[in-house]
Amino acid sequence: MTVPKLRDIVQKVRSKNAGPFWLTIDIFCGSEEAFQAVQTKLKTDAVARLYGADSQLLKRFEMPDLNVVKISLPRPATQGAIDDRDMHGASWAALLAEMEL
Amino acid sequence: MVRVLVPSGALGLNYDKQALARGVAAKPDIIAIDGGSTDSGPSYLGRGVSKYARSSTKIEWAGLMEARAQAGCPLVIGTAGTCGTDSAVDWMLDITREIAAEQGRPVKIAVLRSSQEPATIAQAYAARRVTPLPNAPEINAELIESCTNIVALAGVEQITQALDTGADIIIAGRTTDTAIIAALPLQKGCHPGGAWHGAKIGECGALCATNPQSGVILIDFDSDGFTVTPLADGAHATPHTVSAHMLYENSDPFILYEPGGHLDVTGATYTALDETSVRVTGSEWVVSDDYTVKLEGARGAGFQTVLMALIRDAHYVEHSERWAADIVSKCTAKVMDRLGVDEDAFTIEIRIIGKTASFGALETNHAAPPEVGAIGIVTAKTESLSQEIGKMLNPYLLHHPLTVEEEVPTFAFLFSPAEMPRGQTYEFALNHVLHLDDPMAAFSLEVHDCA
Repeated sequence: MTVPKLRDIVQKVRSKNAGPFWLTIDIFCGSEEAFQAVQTKLKTDAVARLYGADSQLLKRFEMPDLNVVKISLPRPATQGAIDDRDMHGASWAALLAEMEL
Repeated sequence: MVRVLVPSGALGLNYDKQALARGVAAKPDIIAIDGGSTDSGPSYLGRGVSKYARSSTKIEWAGLMEARAQAGCPLVIGTAGTCGTDSAVDWMLDITREIAAEQGRPVKIAVLRSSQEPATIAQAYAARRVTPLPNAPEINAELIESCTNIVALAGVEQITQALDTGADIIIAGRTTDTAIIAALPLQKGCHPGGAWHGAKIGECGALCATNPQSGVILIDFDSDGFTVTPLADGAHATPHTVSAHMLYENSDPFILYEPGGHLDVTGATYTALDETSVRVTGSEWVVSDDYTVKLEGARGAGFQTVLMALIRDAHYVEHSERWAADIVSKCTAKVMDRLGVDEDAFTIEIRIIGKTASFGALETNHAAPPEVGAIGIVTAKTESLSQEIGKMLNPYLLHHPLTVEEEVPTFAFLFSPAEMPRGQTYEFALNHVLHLDDPMAAFSLEVHDCA
């Protein structure tokens, strides 16, 4: 049996800059059931490791009214710096969407 | 009640003309539009220029100046010319004067300037009046003075002063996205939490509704909260679309820091009034003891030359990352040997598009692609060094073999010449706030009568 990926159980995962120094990722779960699954199965430490971030600096918000889990973290590289790969922080969501739960 | 018409999330993104006409017919008290942000990267701030075409900006701004005249209310743009430097403000002022002459209509223009002298900011830093926000880069006086542009983000205090001049049009340098929308409702005594929250919901135009591309929305502010209504055909605001907008580009969906305090929407309630409008109450504005404005700064970060090759040969696709690493190592050695420059004078990087260009070492999906792109990025201290190194990298990207034994391969170049000079690059250098005793201390205001 294959392990489900985050994208298999939620509606949408998107990422965007929150200013030049932070990245924010919104997981739109789409249902209360999916929200609860993400709430319990998505581990903050594992997300920090996925992005090479310090888990102490990672911010996590759970919003049951919207069935959204939101994660904000220091950008993997400052926006537009020579080691940056993604000016608007748009692609980083895919890494989380493809994470196995 | 104060009625604010927001034509779109940014001037240059276009707006629905029919929806704008509906907004004008609804008799707004002000038309407010954002002109930019840091979102397009450090080059615009570093150079002090707009990312949008002048002609697009002029066409859209002329439409808004016409709407303003019809509505008989002020028109305000914040963060003019993408970055909000004085040079970008002057660019916008020039466009505005041109349009005023073409429309044959005299206007009074207030100009709020946000640019900062790097030397003055360095002195403020020495006096401990510049303090870091979370995940700020390390700075010192020398680094601050090396910035080509620094701007401070104005809040409602500075916009209110501009409104008090009685100007028809306000061209503001860098402001917070929300300040241009919240200023008039706050001045007229509307609910402070509602004013800031409504401004945050409205700052991206119709992004808080369905049919987000349509742009135009109307926000009514009052003593308890606000009501948001998208104006385009088929656009609806729902409690979900409105509350979900607090997620957008915010690291915290409940708290928003602004000059002079912060917005807390933890207790906000969102109610559908009908199929189109949403009413929001219960948001709170918390005044801070200290008045701070955020600073943004950009400085030169070297000169770049980029090259691109396409690899379709299966053997090379499979081993493309080893191939790229070998090129970087050999070309770096050749540059140091032939040009006599130190290792810290330049960098050569090759990213493999199709494998790890997006995430580098963090990539988890290692599926085999049929082809890859190899993008070579040279960054060097001078323009001539950057181009010279680009030319040294060229033959490697064209012909470098994985092993010395094999026949010399040739890869696909897209262009002639293959080297694409990108000129000076910039980096964001500040994520700090400036502490002010007087909100106007870092800003200036002037009025132009345009006959």
